[in-house]
Amino acid sequence: MISSSPYLILSAVIFIIGVLGVMVRRNILVMFMSIELMLNGVNLAFVALSRQLGNLDGQVVVFLVMAVAAAEAAVGLAIIICIYRNKKSMNVDDFNLMKW
Amino acid sequence: MEILIFSIVALIAVICSVQVIISRNPVNSALFLIATMVSLAILFILLNAPFLATIQIIVYAGAIMVLFLFVIMLLNLRRDEFGPERRRAQRFFAILFSFLLLIGITTVLTVGTFNSNQVESGWSKTIPAGVEPLAQLLFTKYLFPFELASVLLLVAIVGAVVMAKRRL
Repeated sequence: MISSSPYLILSAVIFIIGVLGVMVRRNILVMFMSIELMLNGVNLAFVALSRQLGNLDGQVVVFLVMAVAAAEAAVGLAIIICIYRNKKSMNVDDFNLMKW
Repeated sequence: MEILIFSIVALIAVICSVQVIISRNPVNSALFLIATMVSLAILFILLNAPFLATIQIIVYAGAIMVLFLFVIMLLNLRRDEFGPERRRAQRFFAILFSFLLLIGITTVLTVGTFNSNQVESGWSKTIPAGVEPLAQLLFTKYLFPFELASVLLLVAIVGAVVMAKRRL
């Protein structure tokens, strides 16, 4: 049984890749997938620390995070469909209606 | 043995998640994201959480990613949506600052209070695997968040229908 440090570092790397995806990409669908990537990275940290500390509370939190992620994906994709219907574009630079 | 499996799966996870953000085509991104989630499910099994690994594959790789692919198919993207993306300065600063953030988070996780040498660790008591202990906790200590999650899912269903439908 290895310690949980490698798992925590891997979760940080996956989280950062998600952050980078949100900042670099302009396609709204890929940005949304990067957010899912960030959620997954944090889930890995929760499970690793749950094993390290020897209690199950972390796993319950991961369960709830998955429920929230499912709700978020449904609502977010509905918003994306709505925006695409109005703007005919997937590029976030075109969505500047509320930009001053 | 665990370190070997961990190394291989971690490498696959990192490569696939990099591919998610550098693929031009959103369909490729979605498929690589599925691969990342499956490798994370393998890591959950290594971490003695088989129930979460199952849920990860069923809910994430199954339901959520099918939703993504369905939307990609529904929107029927034209070729010019996949064109080159500009803003070199933004890309440079994004890479620079996320690298700094990576260094910060890694430092906190490895030398901070999360370090297994400093925390009074539960190495001796292995956490029970399986559904029953988790359900025990979910229906006693975390009963209210659990019920709240069901309300949240209901609201999400209603919200998605209201927004995606052209005319109610």
